[in-house]
Amino acid sequence: MEKTVNNKAWFLVLPVLVIVAFSAVIPLMTVVNYSVNDTFGNNEFFWAGLEWFEEMVTSSRLHDALGRQILFTAIILSIQVPLGIFIALNMPKTGFWASVCLVLMALPLLIPFNVVGTIWQIFGRVDIGLLGHTLAALGIDYNYTNDPLDAWLTVIVMDVWHWTSLVALLAYAGLQSIPQAYYQAAEIDQASRWAVFRYIELPKMKGVLLIAILLRFMDSFMIYTEPFVVTGGGPGNSTTFLSIDLVKMAIGQFDLGPAAAFSIMYFLVILLVSWVFYTVMTNLDREEAK
Amino acid sequence: MAKITLDNLAHSYLPNPKSEDDFALKELNHDWDDGAAYALLGASGCGKSTLLNIISGLLHPSQGRILFDGQDVTHAPTAERNIAQVFQFPVVYDTMTVHDNLAFPLRNRGRDEAYVAARVQEIAKMIGMEDMLKKKARGLTADAKQKISLGRGMVREDVNAILFDEPLTVIDPHMKWELRTQLKQLHRQFGHTMIYVTHDQTEALTFADKVVVMYDGRVVQMGTPEELFETPAHTFVGYFIGSPGMNLLDARVEGNRAHLQGATVELGAAYGPVSGRTQIGIRPEYTVLTSGEGLPVRIRRVEDVGRHRLVRAEAAGQALNIVVPEGLPISADMSHVSFVADRINVYADDWRVQGQPAGKAA
Repeated sequence: MEKTVNNKAWFLVLPVLVIVAFSAVIPLMTVVNYSVNDTFGNNEFFWAGLEWFEEMVTSSRLHDALGRQILFTAIILSIQVPLGIFIALNMPKTGFWASVCLVLMALPLLIPFNVVGTIWQIFGRVDIGLLGHTLAALGIDYNYTNDPLDAWLTVIVMDVWHWTSLVALLAYAGLQSIPQAYYQAAEIDQASRWAVFRYIELPKMKGVLLIAILLRFMDSFMIYTEPFVVTGGGPGNSTTFLSIDLVKMAIGQFDLGPAAAFSIMYFLVILLVSWVFYTVMTNLDREEAK
Repeated sequence: MAKITLDNLAHSYLPNPKSEDDFALKELNHDWDDGAAYALLGASGCGKSTLLNIISGLLHPSQGRILFDGQDVTHAPTAERNIAQVFQFPVVYDTMTVHDNLAFPLRNRGRDEAYVAARVQEIAKMIGMEDMLKKKARGLTADAKQKISLGRGMVREDVNAILFDEPLTVIDPHMKWELRTQLKQLHRQFGHTMIYVTHDQTEALTFADKVVVMYDGRVVQMGTPEELFETPAHTFVGYFIGSPGMNLLDARVEGNRAHLQGATVELGAAYGPVSGRTQIGIRPEYTVLTSGEGLPVRIRRVEDVGRHRLVRAEAAGQALNIVVPEGLPISADMSHVSFVADRINVYADDWRVQGQPAGKAA
């Protein structure tokens, strides 16, 4: 069949190009512009080359924030993924209670980020918060505003509360797709509960779990609103994660050049890790089909 | 291997079954002989899978007992029954190799690796997959996967029976024959008790020594393929077995005659008074088109199906199928149909009535 060549078709793609340009490419280029220039306002720019990048790469402030960020993400993933799977495995598969569980699980996901932050900020307060007050009444010395460990615990528990549902719901969807015959065959083969999980449930959940891990990695690595509302990055700098530090630098100190260089590197790191993740994921898949 | 006895068995999916209609499987007494090959045949939803799952222990019956060699296993879990089951959709453990799949039931039972390796080799040879042992099970074709699930069942030496739940549903037609033949061969060679659930009569008739036909939660007949064909015990069997199924005509039966709307048909046997809805059943293969003898018939359509021609007709106001063998001409003056008298069965309320052989009684 002869293929029709009509270059007017490009006009059909134009609207989407314009939208993407205004929503993503142009703002991003502005950031690139700031990252290689120095400015003192009035749209006057002085060429700075890679100076800001060098400064940021060697900045111990950024190293600290990056360290905290990696630690936070690692903790979040190592709690939420197993916990999400565990919840999914124990959720009822059919009937009224399955619907109830699904709604309850979805609830935290529907709450706006800053509201989640506010809820936990009040919840944890020692004077009026249910959690803080109860802990104080039990004689436990808990105060997230001046104890770094307490602040970390609060932020982690909050994130687990907010996002474990996502992992659980994805894992649940994976589990629901397993035909009953697999469990019956396993029963006949005398497989242990662990073997059923390891050889039937986990392989069938693998696809959605990798998506869940990828999503949770990206989200937790970029986390801003909730810890900002609860702790504001403190006490001290103890919960200042990368994006909180970035905002402090850009809006607080108006160091637009370094902040721009910082955000570009930040963006590239997330892009790189996600790409590695994706590649490993698809390769594993192909490997297994052999 | 074991003889399996079903004693007063019945099952309902409802917690408090009230009437007989609530039972998916109606009360049943039956023996499955050791080493025989059975087919459980019936339309979808007639209770055959329910029965199979009760035997394998995946389902606990609402009433009655199951005995393996006289031992009550009604409440024994699946694992203790040493049953193998092959499901409709091939179940393999995707992440494992073929070897590990076959070894899985043995490893779960804690057998030592030397024994496992030897046994897996043996089974792989039986199912013809020796050269695929190193492969991941995931990428295999449906028929290879189904062979693995069969192999996984047979790998245990103490297996009591192998149950098949419509195992060829997802297999390509040209592979179906091959697998079925292989299955039959394995049965002859190793003599496992096999119960094969299917809704395909060809599969049932070619596989089994004995076919058990189920209808509406009940076993309506058990017999050899020939018995099912010649003397269906229930109109469902007559209709379900054969292609097309048995012709059933409403009639009034008196002695060795059946009256249909004024016409009379000679029967091969004499019958006492028959009560209820009375029908005579005659296979299309035993009806003959004639040019004067028998019932008047109106031919609606003639279908040539290759081996023979199928005449769709109407006699005494009721539909009738007639098989005309290849080579026998159908001419315009063929306006009547006659039946081979001793191939006619009589049914009262769908169940076959046994008649007295002709000549002995009036």
